[in-house]
Amino acid sequence: MATKSTFGNMVLVLAGICLVCSALLGTVYAVTKAPIEASNLAKVNAAIAAVTPAFDNVPSEDVQKVDGGEIYTSRMGDEVVGYAVKVSTTGFGGTLTIMVGFAPDGTIYNTSVISHSETPGLGAKIVDENCAPRAQVKGKNPATADLSVSKDGGEIDAITASTITSRAFLKAVNAAYEVFKNNCANTDGHEQE
Amino acid sequence: MEIILIFVSAIFVNNVVLSQFLGICPFLGVSKKVGTAVGMTAAVTFVIAIATLVTFLLQKYVLVPLELEFLQTVSFILVIASLVQMVEIIIKKISPSLYQALGIFLPLITTNCVVLGVAIQVVSNEYDFGFAAGARMLGLGEAMLFAIATAIGYGLALILFAGIREQLELSNVPKAFKGVPIALLTAGIMALAFMGFSGMV
Amino acid sequence: MSKNSKFQLIVDGIVKNNPTFVLVLGMCPTLGTTTSAINGLGMGLATMIVLILSNITISAIAKLIPDKVRIPCYIVVIASFVTIVQLLLQAYVPVLYDSLGIFLPLIVVNCIILGRAEAFANKNSVGDSALDGIGIGLGFTIALTAVGLVREILGSGSAFGWKFVEGDGMLAFVLAPGAFIVLAYLMVIFRKVTKQA
Repeated sequence: MATKSTFGNMVLVLAGICLVCSALLGTVYAVTKAPIEASNLAKVNAAIAAVTPAFDNVPSEDVQKVDGGEIYTSRMGDEVVGYAVKVSTTGFGGTLTIMVGFAPDGTIYNTSVISHSETPGLGAKIVDENCAPRAQVKGKNPATADLSVSKDGGEIDAITASTITSRAFLKAVNAAYEVFKNNCANTDGHEQE
Repeated sequence: MEIILIFVSAIFVNNVVLSQFLGICPFLGVSKKVGTAVGMTAAVTFVIAIATLVTFLLQKYVLVPLELEFLQTVSFILVIASLVQMVEIIIKKISPSLYQALGIFLPLITTNCVVLGVAIQVVSNEYDFGFAAGARMLGLGEAMLFAIATAIGYGLALILFAGIREQLELSNVPKAFKGVPIALLTAGIMALAFMGFSGMV
Repeated sequence: MSKNSKFQLIVDGIVKNNPTFVLVLGMCPTLGTTTSAINGLGMGLATMIVLILSNITISAIAKLIPDKVRIPCYIVVIASFVTIVQLLLQAYVPVLYDSLGIFLPLIVVNCIILGRAEAFANKNSVGDSALDGIGIGLGFTIALTAVGLVREILGSGSAFGWKFVEGDGMLAFVLAPGAFIVLAYLMVIFRKVTKQA
């Protein structure tokens, strides 16, 4: 028959099980810690490689966490070739997290979508590099161009039937530019400290 | 303004049952009568609110500083199980009739994915309800509001559903569809209807 | 027990006691992770692993646990195995980890696992509990993969990632309404085919 349900027994068994489980979990955690960190870093660096020009440093190690986002700096040798800014905003279905790569003078090199909850077939098209908003912000400088959808008077075309997602995307791009402007290079390409 | 957004978003746009698929088992089991549905909603709201409070503090002041995040699942579920046990004892003392009415569904709140789901979401996701700084992690007050709003959304879906099912009991449903299948189809159509709320926030 | 009834345990888990189509347990992940056949398959397998491990463990220590505290004990054991599976996936199969999202930790409250612990594992031998875990786990995985496959074919025009249609399918099927509707119809078909309705 099972052990009797005395208070002492109950506490002992529950505590014992918790201890054994914690020990087991601690071990698995220790073993998987390194691979997990490595895979997270790989994801970040892959995203940065997609949005800034060629670099030879490890941008994930050169990160600044600021109010509004994170800034990764890509360098080739001693020269800064780009800044990848990660920001989040609310899309149609949930949080939309993107990374925008700026050249030191503020021109957008490229963008990448890190995570989203947009509608499949509609707003989810934002993950396609060739969709209208993403293709059109490439090469533009937010200082001189109006990066909002044409419905709102701007220069960028929205994804068909997905104005909200497109607006959210551009809102994020502009938010990234704000972060860039407040923390990064001056227009002549020198780093601001 | 942001408070209204949190509520509208959690109750309608991202309704926990009809968009996020949390809390389905009791949804299909408890929603046969409107009265039970209301009682269940009250109990779940109470548990979600307190569970979110405790787990939020646990995450912020114990798990993160001590780098024990991998114990999140185990510790959260233990908190919830203990809370439900406590709520059971309290209700039994304060209102034996309510205790009888809820019956087995009270202990079943422990395995209700909504409670654990909300607790985890609140400490993991970043939210942008129109805050000036963009999306960010929720503070304790906002977390509580979000939890309560989610519970209300759950109750809304539950009570609406119970009303429909009470009606279905009296209708002529094909034999193979009786019971769960017709309930699922009803939920599907409700989910379609709720999709109309997207884009409000 | 004869070899036949051991095998029968597995078959029962797939047909007579199919957790999704007959017992109607584990609905949340069934609806939430079946946006594609691969996702459904991955979730089913992850759940099956936790189920087998937890059935074996609980069956082995069932006699040691005082009756009044058995539910919290079972839950700690289940939660630990879920966390282990979470960590292993995050480290070695991050793509699956990302796509399962919040449903991975929710395996803890998957009524199937606690349900089988209560209904079977704590009353039967370790060997039988393992077989039951395999049977129910397979039943769940097959159900999930089936729902995922139908939703993927109708909703994305692909099967197991292999697209056979240009562009998109009927999007409602990869969204919430489609989940409920596909599950409803598959349940009816399953019951008719296995003569349980």
